[in-house]
Parts: sequence; structure tokens; C-alpha cells
Amino acid sequence: MPYISHSNKDRDAMLAAIGVRSIRDLFKDVPAYARFPELALPFALSEMEARWELQALAGADFTAADFACFLGAGAYHHFVPAVVDAVISRGEFYTAYTPYQPEISQGTLQAIFEYQSMICALTGMEVSNASHYDGATATAEAVITAVNVHRLKRRKIVISPWVHPEYRAVVRTYTQGMGLTIVENGGSQNNNGLTDLLDDGTACVIVQYPDFLGRFEDLGVLAEAVHAVRALLIVVANPIALGLLKPPGEFGADIVVGEGQGMGAGLNFGGPYLGFFATRKKYVRKMAGRVVGQTVDTEGNRGFVLTLSTREQHIRRERATSNICTNQGLVALAAAVYMVALGKTGLRRVAELNYHKAHYAQRRIAGIDGYSALDDKPFFNEFVVRCPQPVKEINDYLLDEWGIIGGYDLGRDYPHLKDHMLVCVTEMNPREDIDTLVEALGEMNNETMSNEQ
Amino acid sequence: MKLDPEARYAKTHEWARWDGEEIVCGISDHAQESLSDIVYVELPEVGDTFAKGDAFGVVESVKAASDLYVPMGGEIIAINEDLEDTPELVNQDPYDEGWMIRLAPSDPVGFDDLMDADDYEAFVAEEEG
Repeated sequence: MPYISHSNKDRDAMLAAIGVRSIRDLFKDVPAYARFPELALPFALSEMEARWELQALAGADFTAADFACFLGAGAYHHFVPAVVDAVISRGEFYTAYTPYQPEISQGTLQAIFEYQSMICALTGMEVSNASHYDGATATAEAVITAVNVHRLKRRKIVISPWVHPEYRAVVRTYTQGMGLTIVENGGSQNNNGLTDLLDDGTACVIVQYPDFLGRFEDLGVLAEAVHAVRALLIVVANPIALGLLKPPGEFGADIVVGEGQGMGAGLNFGGPYLGFFATRKKYVRKMAGRVVGQTVDTEGNRGFVLTLSTREQHIRRERATSNICTNQGLVALAAAVYMVALGKTGLRRVAELNYHKAHYAQRRIAGIDGYSALDDKPFFNEFVVRCPQPVKEINDYLLDEWGIIGGYDLGRDYPHLKDHMLVCVTEMNPREDIDTLVEALGEMNNETMSNEQ
Repeated sequence: MKLDPEARYAKTHEWARWDGEEIVCGISDHAQESLSDIVYVELPEVGDTFAKGDAFGVVESVKAASDLYVPMGGEIIAINEDLEDTPELVNQDPYDEGWMIRLAPSDPVGFDDLMDADDYEAFVAEEEG
């Protein structure tokens, strides 16, 4: 549809048709004092001046493209292949708003169907929806799904403290008013400690894989214990890690959710991100969100449509399990392009790079005076080190003196992990970056010591 | 519109019929016809109890999803497991193979409060207007 602005002639014709003399007359019902208030706005800028002003503002910020980045904690600096932008920037994808009428949106619907299929392959699950806003809300929706699978008769949910702190907070926000008891196992360091909290009032257990501290472990024993009380196991997974680790579907996960930002979306200052949600076929009618299905038209040709709409709130409001009525179409498309461009082998290679670089970094950092690794559990691309100075001081020093973005200060969320830093290393950190970080941390020690003398 | 002369009917288009000491329930032929192709029936669990008029499940067709209401209160003794794989039985044979639940009624006299086949037929004719 072309965009052509109205001419004065168009406006006059419309006003005449409705019997109104001028546009101002249409606002007669607004009280006079509020009708055309004085606004203290500066003069309009020309396109050139507007661009200068915005460039100056943007220039005050730096991005992960400018400085070496060792910060993860839920948002990851991964490579975005050029083909992703080439595909998603096409006008048909980029500008369309909820393009789901099958008659004119087969391209979009097919892309989402392929996204759903690849998410299933990646997670080892049977069905995926067309995505949620982000990993945190996908996790909350998974909890709501589990509670609905139990027909609202079980109100206790168990969530590991090693699930991202912000995801746990979002779960609490989303489930307000549902009468749920949310139990977080405060003490135990590993997921198997959660089994003590299970009983037949438990609707679901949520764990993260790898967990917030970067560690992963065999969740088979936990899965068995969860199923023994007929609860659901929800796994929050890092999709890049799944290029290397066993898919949660293979060790008994009932719902797999997570943040898909690492697959083609970049950091984007926090969004838009991508929540993926995959589950077993038997729970599909309790799953929220859009679902694209494959079918045939009246001539027997393959086609794609939105399906299972009766789960959603516009068909049966009181019985819908959620009020979410959207998905992250463009970001899901980016993830689909990413997965297709890399393929199984490529994704594995990315995962391996992350794994090996992180392990190299951990070895070298743990060798610096005053630094030590938290424990010896297996980790993917993030690890914890105890630091000789407060994390904030280290990060300020790294940024100001070396142009390095340091890791996450775990003391913010876990009081017993004060002075512990969560370091993230991805394929975007060349070895020189890691060596420079090690050098910088060593230099800080030297300076601190000489300051103390 | 097909009717089962042995059954009695609720205003919400479910039917109930005695089978020994138990009540068998489903939806009427008029209901299945209005819904069109049924794709899914969500049934309760054996042992669940309902008061008369409570929603016990949901029937989903290609065009709508509707709640199902027990015509009489009681405890669920059995559910028609065939409907899981072949929900279209409700369209094909709503009074026999398409049965949905059997319950032990808490108030057997309630059966007489329901409409008989003739009353139901008249009710539907009036509803259609």
C-alpha cells in the first residue's frame, strides 16, 4: 500500500463530507484551556541539524564494538553474520506489522515455522511457539503453563537460586495473584539439592543450564526426582551452549525456555530480545503464544497458518493461560537466519570457541595473585573468580585505564559472593584481548600494592 | 436435529441419561452441529466432583471453544478416553459413541428437573428465533 499524504483538497473534501468547517472544530469537546496548550518546545530542526544533535548524543556512548567485552550475565556479545541483517532488513519483513494472514504472508509464516522447527531440534523438544519477548517472560509463561497443566491444583513452584536473578523476579511479577508459593533453595550449591524441596504439591521446578554462574551439570537425576512427584521440569537454556551440551529434551525436560538474543540479535542495549519456548506435544494446549502450523490448501499445496488459536485469549478469554498475544517476529527471524547460516556444525564450532576461550581465560586469571576460581564444576563460557579488590573498583579501572568492559559483580545479587566477578568469554574475544585483560588485572594488583606502601 | 428419547437436556445443550446407577453425559446433536468439526475435547479426571452447572471441560472445534457444564452434580466415575484420539466421535454419534463422562449423581432427583426430548426441541426452536 503506498503512503501518500493528504492534500488540502483531500482535507476540504473530507470536512465537507462530515459537515465540519475546519479541523479545529473537531476539537470542540476538549475544554478551551486544554485545547491548544502552549508547549515549551524548541524550534524544529532541519534533517541535517537533527542528525548532528543525535550523533553527538550517540557519540557519548560506547558499545561492545568499541571495547573488549567480558560481561555476560544474561546478555551476550556474539557475532551477528551479515546475512542476518541482509534478510531481516527486507521491507517485507522489516516493516510488516503482525503479518499473519496466510493469504499474503506465506514467507513470514514459513520462516517462523522453520524457526519453531529449529528450536525443537536445538532443545530436543517436540513443539515450539513463535516466541515471547525475552527469556525472562518465557520463563514466567513456562511456570504458568505448568500450573495450568496441573489444573491449578498444585500451587508450589521450586526455583533454583542459580536461575538468573532478574528471571526469578519476573516470574514473581507475572504470577502475582495466582496464589503460588515460590520456593527458592537458598543454601545448596547444586541443582540436586532441589530434590529435598519436592512434594506432591509441586507444580514445577525451574533450573538454568548453564546456570547463572556459568556452570552445567547432569540434570538426569533431578529430572527423575521431579517426575517421580509428577511435577514438570523447566530448563532455562543458553541456545549457544546447546551447540555443545546435551539438549534438555534428552534428559527429561518438560519445557525448555531461554534467551535467543545470542543468535543474531546483538546486545541492543537490552532489547528487543527473544524468548524461545519449547515443550512436549502433550502440553501444547496449555502453551501460550502464537504457533505456526503446516497444512495444505484446497488444491493440495503446502501452506502455513497460525494454528491452535483456541488457546488464546481472543477465543476463550477466561480459559486462556496467558494474555500474551504477540511474538518477536523480526528477532525470531534473525535467529532463524542465524541458525540456518551456521547450521549444526557451525553452531557447534561457535560453542567450542566460547568454551575453549573461557577455559583459557579462567586458567590465566586464576593464576594472578589474589584471584582464584570459585569451584571446579564444569562451565561453558562464563566462570566465577574471587577478586582481591571490590569488583566495582576493578571494573572502573579496567574501563578507564584499559578500555575493557569487565565482568558482572555477583555481590549485587548474592551477598555471600561479594568480591566475586562473573567473567564471560565468547568467540568475540580474540586471544590478545584475554591476554590484555590478564595483564591489566596484574597491573591493578601492582598499582594497588604500591598505593598501599 | 436428532434427539435421544431416553435422555434429558440442559439449557446449555448437554444431555444426561441413566445407565444403571450412573448418569452418562454428552452434548446434543444440535450442539455438535453448531460447533462444526470438533478437534479436541478436554475432559476432567476421574474422581473430580462438580456441582450442578459447574464447567467440567471444554470442547474445541475449528471455529470456537466452549465450556461444558454438568447437567447434574456428582463425582466423575469414567471419561471417554476415545475422544482423545477421535474427537470427531462427538460429531458422528453424539448420544452414543460420543459420550463424554459418567458420573455418580449427588442428587438423582435432579434428572427430572431437566428438559425431556420434546421440551428441548421446543427450547432450541425458540432459541433459534
